[in-house]
Amino acid sequence: MELFATLQVIWWLLLGVLLSGLAVMVGMDMGVGTILRYVGRSDLERRVALNVIGPHWDGNQVWFVLGGGAVFAAFPLIYATAFSGFYVVMLLLLWTMIVRPLGFEYRSKIAHPAWRNVWDWSLFVSGAVPMVVFGAAFGNLFLGVPFHFEWNLTSFYTGSFLALLNPFAILCGLLSLSLSAMMGALTLMNGAEGALHQRARGLAQAAALLAVALFATGGLWVHALPGYQLVSGPGAGVAQTPLQQTVATITGAWQSRFVAQPILWLVPLLGFVGMLGALLAARAGRSHLGWWLGALAWIGVIGTAGVSLFPFLLPSSSDPSVSLTVWNSSSSRLTLLWMLGFALVFVPLILWYTSWAFWVMRGKVRAEQIARDEHAY
Amino acid sequence: MIDGTVVELSRIQFAATALYHYLFVPLTLGLSFLLAAMETVYVTTGKPIYKQMAQFWGKLFMINFALGVATGLTMEFQFGTNWSFYSSFVGDIFGAPLAIEGLMAFFMESTFVGLMVFGWERLSRGQHLAVTWLVALGSNLSALWILVANSFMQDPQGAHFNPVTLRMELTSFQQLIFSPDAQSKFVHTSIAGYVTGAIFVAGISAWYLLKGRHVELAKRSFRMAALYGVLATVGVITLGDALGFVAAQAQPTKLAAMEGLWKSEPAPMPFNLIAFPDQSLQKNAGAVQVPYLLSLLVTHSLDGSVPGIDALERQATQKVENGIPAVLALKTLSTNPHDPAALAQFKAHEQDLGYGFLVQRYAPDLRHVTPQQVRQAARDSIPPVAAVFWSFRLMVGFGLLMLAYFVLAVIYTLRNRVQDQRWFLRAAVWMIPVPFLANETGWLVAELGRQPWTVFGVLPTWMSASTHSVGYMVFSLAGFVLLYSIFIAVEMALMVRAIRQGPDEPGSGDARSAPRPAIAPRSAYAAPRDPHPEG
Repeated sequence: MELFATLQVIWWLLLGVLLSGLAVMVGMDMGVGTILRYVGRSDLERRVALNVIGPHWDGNQVWFVLGGGAVFAAFPLIYATAFSGFYVVMLLLLWTMIVRPLGFEYRSKIAHPAWRNVWDWSLFVSGAVPMVVFGAAFGNLFLGVPFHFEWNLTSFYTGSFLALLNPFAILCGLLSLSLSAMMGALTLMNGAEGALHQRARGLAQAAALLAVALFATGGLWVHALPGYQLVSGPGAGVAQTPLQQTVATITGAWQSRFVAQPILWLVPLLGFVGMLGALLAARAGRSHLGWWLGALAWIGVIGTAGVSLFPFLLPSSSDPSVSLTVWNSSSSRLTLLWMLGFALVFVPLILWYTSWAFWVMRGKVRAEQIARDEHAY
Repeated sequence: MIDGTVVELSRIQFAATALYHYLFVPLTLGLSFLLAAMETVYVTTGKPIYKQMAQFWGKLFMINFALGVATGLTMEFQFGTNWSFYSSFVGDIFGAPLAIEGLMAFFMESTFVGLMVFGWERLSRGQHLAVTWLVALGSNLSALWILVANSFMQDPQGAHFNPVTLRMELTSFQQLIFSPDAQSKFVHTSIAGYVTGAIFVAGISAWYLLKGRHVELAKRSFRMAALYGVLATVGVITLGDALGFVAAQAQPTKLAAMEGLWKSEPAPMPFNLIAFPDQSLQKNAGAVQVPYLLSLLVTHSLDGSVPGIDALERQATQKVENGIPAVLALKTLSTNPHDPAALAQFKAHEQDLGYGFLVQRYAPDLRHVTPQQVRQAARDSIPPVAAVFWSFRLMVGFGLLMLAYFVLAVIYTLRNRVQDQRWFLRAAVWMIPVPFLANETGWLVAELGRQPWTVFGVLPTWMSASTHSVGYMVFSLAGFVLLYSIFIAVEMALMVRAIRQGPDEPGSGDARSAPRPAIAPRSAYAAPRDPHPEG
């Protein structure tokens, strides 16, 4: 394969890595926020839960920022078209997400129960809503979204906000929410003891079971959906705009890749194995193992979406031929090459110091320590 | 065509959210180095008061940091949500520094900030010090990459327009990051952050000295801040001068607006100390001038001169006329990327493509353009002069005020007499808002002075925005205003509360400020915890 085409595929894979990083690392913190009021019944229990992720949520959140930056740098047309098209949904995501840092930092500064209650609910909203939006966005990729371009690539989105919250998208949103709650619960099992640990244990299993059901339902549903297929176009590794291709919609097109290469069925299988494994690990009280299996579940789910859609990134339902693909929405060869260089140096470095940070803060958070530690949340 | 109201609302929203975000960022930049300096003194001398200082100012740092992070999320995505055409048009270049900022800087800053807050009793003194320095380094590297991105908008270096993909593409990464604007802007802006941190620490310390509280901590904090601040202020002014010099080359319209220079004049040019620019009459209604000074300031010589707005507008007229065939050729290339005639026509006129876009606002079908429309577009190429002129003067005025303040602060603190100068301590408290105002006016000079472009000379603002409805924009703008107003109220209240509470003094009472050993043993906190490793 030519260098440009290779770089495009590598960046498609890297996008998968970054989205998985986002889902696993941000997802677990948001999961903790979502289940905070259920697993933590007293203020002290909730503080324990927040302090389990306290040293890490800030670093983890950068997966989200980096995800945005990487889409901008590697697939600028996706960044431009998707984020403006999903405007109200993006606002929902941003407005709920910007409350989260304040929830962590400000909640424990004032002891008044009303103050803490407000922030507990804020953490719930800023945990649950973004995860639903994250999943629903993926769901809409399968359906396509209504947008088209003017001659100079000014994009126009012609759908409504509510159209983005259709049943299939909501199903995907709930899948993402349940995986995030499962990871949040496993994280709390890792870092907390007593009643909090026990409630988290129960919840991790329930969430894993729900995720299995939703993932299976989603898989069956996709069979009945019309998929998109590239009929003709300049192809991989050629400088182009989305105005030069033809795309057809065919029912079953989203399965065509699995049919052509049956080994790819291992990707959704990984998702199921991860979820069921996490369920069993949580039941057995082996939450660290469960956490890693949960991470694999995320990779399986995101990988399944990626494989089904490839090479599409953002299909257009109103004008299928301007659908955005890996080939027509990527950056230039030079940019992809420079960015790959930076990613190869810094992603391993990030993984290394993130692991070190987790290792430094390893172990259980205890209520009596929080009561006397002035740095605690 | 995009509705003009939508563009204006998108601009207001971007300016509001950026100016708001920019209230918190400079303080993070400046305080992070001060924290690292305080902790370095603690580790090298072993004096517990410096640990107390690092922890107290660290607490205020985190209240500010949280809102900086929160509002930064908006900025990272707002290019896509509200400046869709801009994002696809220059994303090939502009996206790279933003992504690298995440990879290289923001990840480091955010991961280690967690350890900085939670790791006091988990890390050795040396390790914790290293963590604090990494936070400072991370936040400053973050500023570097954001300003590289911003500088591309001011002076698009290292890129060209590709008629096949209909967008700007990277030609030289080195040119992008080593552009003169990027270099001087990074130093100017990050040092402005150090000034902000210094005035913040000095002002709050002065308040404690006035009240006679935490005197030892306040005196030492004041001294460090004063020394740091005087150096930083000199640096800001020097680099600000360099930045003006760069703008003279790359953005002559911005410079002309900053100086209210309607007519070209022979060297040596006088400097308008005060003037009241009138955009429609294209002249200043009343001006106080200092002879020779402008030539000295912007060309660093007496026989240098810069073009006035009259000459710049004449140049723009020619560029608009030359840009029209480029846009027309591009329209052909959009359907047939390899049409040789269109390609040749494009190549002949491509350097003025942006000016062709400028007139398209008035003549959507560029095959019929009236001379009046060309003149209108040329007139548009001049930024709003009065706003840029006055923002610039306010910024410089604030800068000189801060310099005078720090010179006095250093004199008093080195003579160890600052606690006796009560008028000066009171003034120091009132100085706290000044660097914030200077930062905001500096942003206005840079970004208003860039108008009518999002990317100078290449992409007009009017076509950069997303094609939203007015209703969506009103909704989102209202939402941001509401949320951000609540946030700032909460943040200010918590900040004031934490300042009133003051640092935890040994033996001052409640459990939160219980006496602590000067040097915490590394495992004091870890010992009772389950040693089972995670991750």
